[in-house]
Amino acid sequence: MNSRPMSYPDLSTDLGGIKMNNPVAVASGTFGYGREYEDYMDIAVIGAVIVKGTTLEPRVGNPPPRIIETPAGMLNAIGLENPGVDIFLSEHLPYLRDKGVTVIANLAGNSIDDYAAVAAKLEGHAGIAGIELNISCPNVKKGGLQFGTDPVMVKQVVEAVKQETFLPVMPKLSPNVTNIVEIAAAAREGGADALSMINTLMGMAIDIEQRRPVLGNVFGGLSGPAIKPVALRMIYQVHREMDIPILGGGGIMNARDALEFIMAGATAVSVGTGNFVNPRAALDIARGIQGFMQDNGVKQISELVGAAQPR
Amino acid sequence: MAALEIGRVLDNRQVARDKYVMDIAAPATARQCQPGQFLHIRITDTYDPLLRRPLSVYDVLFDSGIISLLYRVVGQGTSLLAKAAVDEAVDIMGPLGQGFTLPSENESIILVGGGVGVAPLLYLARLSRVRQCRVRLLLGAAGGAQLGAASRFEKLGVEVKTACLDGSAGYHGVVTDLLEHEDAGDYSRLYTCGPAPMMAVVSSWAQAHGLWGELSLEEHMACGVGACLGCACQLKAFEPGYAKVCTDGPVFNIQAVELSPDQARKEGHNE
Repeated sequence: MNSRPMSYPDLSTDLGGIKMNNPVAVASGTFGYGREYEDYMDIAVIGAVIVKGTTLEPRVGNPPPRIIETPAGMLNAIGLENPGVDIFLSEHLPYLRDKGVTVIANLAGNSIDDYAAVAAKLEGHAGIAGIELNISCPNVKKGGLQFGTDPVMVKQVVEAVKQETFLPVMPKLSPNVTNIVEIAAAAREGGADALSMINTLMGMAIDIEQRRPVLGNVFGGLSGPAIKPVALRMIYQVHREMDIPILGGGGIMNARDALEFIMAGATAVSVGTGNFVNPRAALDIARGIQGFMQDNGVKQISELVGAAQPR
Repeated sequence: MAALEIGRVLDNRQVARDKYVMDIAAPATARQCQPGQFLHIRITDTYDPLLRRPLSVYDVLFDSGIISLLYRVVGQGTSLLAKAAVDEAVDIMGPLGQGFTLPSENESIILVGGGVGVAPLLYLARLSRVRQCRVRLLLGAAGGAQLGAASRFEKLGVEVKTACLDGSAGYHGVVTDLLEHEDAGDYSRLYTCGPAPMMAVVSSWAQAHGLWGELSLEEHMACGVGACLGCACQLKAFEPGYAKVCTDGPVFNIQAVELSPDQARKEGHNE
């Protein structure tokens, strides 16, 4: 037994150039612009706040109903409601910067030019640590095919954004594909600094009294504990095949879940739906990871990344 | 300011076939509650049901730090809540949302509640009575056994008129018929909560007579704090976008809302 008092474990991490004080981020679309949760914690303590998805122009979003609870999860079809990049830069970013929050912007669009244009607008603004790309959007020029389901489009959109920014770029991969490793490889070829995995799984619910789909948009994205095994599997597969930092998420509710993602190969994790259940989830999880590290003599969080991979 | 608090169940009793009143000791939250606001309650430590449930504040005993909730069992979450035993812990987030605008001293106000929709009106009545207001309540329900809330209002000195669909108590018919006997000019404010078709009639009556009014809406919610945009609702005043019921509401001015009588409400009907 080591009788010396153990120093605090080091939770800081580097997600492809995004420096985080601890490895727990909050996922885009689940935490607004941070200030919505200020009554519950000091949001600057969170590893990173990935803000609501931002498009070039304001979007009103999908008609309601937009959400419905499902077993151990929920479906959402918000439809990218957001005030547009100009309002994000003038009203939300300065506030987060003043608070000292580690901000990751999240970009969405319906053409490669859209993504590039938003990235160009963000460039040069202080207070953004990195860019997450929502590539689960339909490409209008390709008949609505989602960017994230086609390796060629994934590579193109990452390349286009990389040309407009010096910030680390992290596409958020869609799980609605047959071969996630192929998509991850395309993102890396396009110059991705990290990968965010995974976005929601497409699903639906039906109202049997009304005999019609529940969601106004018919289909929605499934999130929550129900999708955790799928997310873990995909992260494990990608980490096994390539060396790129991964932000892992999908149904993380507690520190044990987060540690599973890290051991599958995630450099950092994101909490999404879990924030709705426990607004302080990100902090509680970071604390739980710290406790696990202390109990197990882990000095640096990176020691655990991919620990469950075959040796 | 909203916060998280672990409250304790003091009582959880069935007051009608499918309705319960839960009293919770939650002093920090009780001090912050305004009439019309809601609490976001975590039902279980497991993940099914996963999300919190938004429930209107029914009553608050400020000095003893007790909050009462009136809720109807409509699904898995409220069924579990109905089983909560005395002394059990309740994970509360709140109070959340925009509450009712309180009347000034000595005003004369009219409340119209339908079914479990009467819930947010009781604490409003209590504080209005403290301000020496004259308060009249028109209360509608499916049957007389569902009118238990009436006595709580009467104890506050509220004039209560009831209507039942089955004719077992009070007026035989819908609560909005009672408006025919009211003179809008007697009141300075109207407040209503209940099924959308009921609120649509109440709201148009008030607007036809130029009476100021507020109503309370409900919607499925995830975050409760305006972050997820899941509780979007199409309201006249927010077009071309949507209102967030959780933070823009749940209380809205009747002028902001255009309710059509057939606007389908999934739950919380005049029962």
